[in-house]
Amino acid sequence: MPAVPEELNIGYEEYRELAEREKPAPPLVRNALTAFISGGAICVLGQAIQNGFIALGLNPEDAANPTVAAVILLASLLTGLGLFDRLARFAGAGLAVPVTGFANSVTSAALEFKKEGLVLGIGSRMFSLAGTVILFGVITAFVVGLISAIF
Amino acid sequence: MSQKAGRQSVLFDPPPYLTSAATVVGPMEGRGPLGDDFDLVYRDLYINQKSFEAAERKMLQEACSLALEKRNIKLNDIDYFLAGDLLNQITVSGYSAAELGLPFFGLYGACSTLTLALSWGAMLVAGGFAQNVLAATSSHNCCAERQFRYPTEYGFQRPRQAQWTVTGAAAAVISAAGESPRIAAVTTGKVIDLGEKDALNLGAAMAPAAASTLIRHFLDLQRAPDYYDLIVTGDLGQIGSGILRKLLARSGYFMEENYNDCGLMIYNPELQQVEAGGSGCACSGVVVLGHLYRRMKAGELNRVLVVSTGALHSPTTLGQGDSIPGVAHAVALEI
Repeated sequence: MPAVPEELNIGYEEYRELAEREKPAPPLVRNALTAFISGGAICVLGQAIQNGFIALGLNPEDAANPTVAAVILLASLLTGLGLFDRLARFAGAGLAVPVTGFANSVTSAALEFKKEGLVLGIGSRMFSLAGTVILFGVITAFVVGLISAIF
Repeated sequence: MSQKAGRQSVLFDPPPYLTSAATVVGPMEGRGPLGDDFDLVYRDLYINQKSFEAAERKMLQEACSLALEKRNIKLNDIDYFLAGDLLNQITVSGYSAAELGLPFFGLYGACSTLTLALSWGAMLVAGGFAQNVLAATSSHNCCAERQFRYPTEYGFQRPRQAQWTVTGAAAAVISAAGESPRIAAVTTGKVIDLGEKDALNLGAAMAPAAASTLIRHFLDLQRAPDYYDLIVTGDLGQIGSGILRKLLARSGYFMEENYNDCGLMIYNPELQQVEAGGSGCACSGVVVLGHLYRRMKAGELNRVLVVSTGALHSPTTLGQGDSIPGVAHAVALEI
């Protein structure tokens, strides 16, 4: 570890303790509550959309895919309109965990790197945040599939 | 005659003049409590440019022209242009230097750039190497967010220790002859890394550097904190400034009413959601050269010590698990 200059009357470990003590604790209860309410609201919205597709004549199983697509579209639209990040500051995990968070990570990166061109900008950077979700999602699916095939 | 004082400080004789200063800011800073003290407030983050990066360049160039216009200084009278910003390869400064066509020293001190540039400028003038130096710095919230953290529209919950990068630019002319305030002394800081790894808690990463520079300043010049009407740090924010007070108290220096942090002054914490306060090169840039410069001119403050603070990390070093080194440079302004 780097040396602490002599004019500072504190040791390295002692400073680490001081810095940790001064770091504000995240408001866990409030965060959990807003995540519960906002995440639940998105699920209600998703259910309403799915019911709409069912009412249009799709069977419940087929209605799932267009429902996810509709929620992705909505989240991407809110990202483009500059509203998603404001909502996410309050909603936190409630918006990040559902497919809305994934949609936002892809759309926000696409918007950001659009100025660097279609191929080297959007094309190569769009999944800079979401890539990890895709990679480990695929690996997890593969492992689970392997287990279910064996047993 | 040597102007060096103690280990890390310089006491100028005669002190160079901070003869002109100009600031431009973005919409959020304009709506803040110091909004009236800035020369130009842009209502849009793009400033009619094609990218946020171009917008930041426009702001820096605008601040430079205003600083020259205010005292009727010609571009040809400037010997050196000193500037730095937060973007990779300090492109805002380099591109602006190309526009200005002046001999250029590019500086990187992250958010400590204001006092880094003022220190170098004052030394160039006091050493007889220049008559007039143009010193400038800038930051743009969206450029900094994208480079150091996430895409600008990415949604996440900002922790309470996070700070908000100030959108703005500040420029000053340092001259051998001109108008007060004068740059009386400077203390150049050491880079100090006490193990902070949270890039959203930069106040804690920079506080030891600010404490070290302040203590060296007091020792080198045999001054106490009450020598100054006001001591401001650059962007330690709520968390960092609290830590600074504790570090200084351990060494026997107590800063009470005459201490503040630019990051705590620029926004209204109740109305503007900035968590622990403002940050960025422009934070101390616009607060000092906009707000405090005017207070000094109006005679409300006679001696001000500015300690801009910078975090010298990059997303790469953070990704590789390294902690965040901090640096702070002090500049004493006197009427």
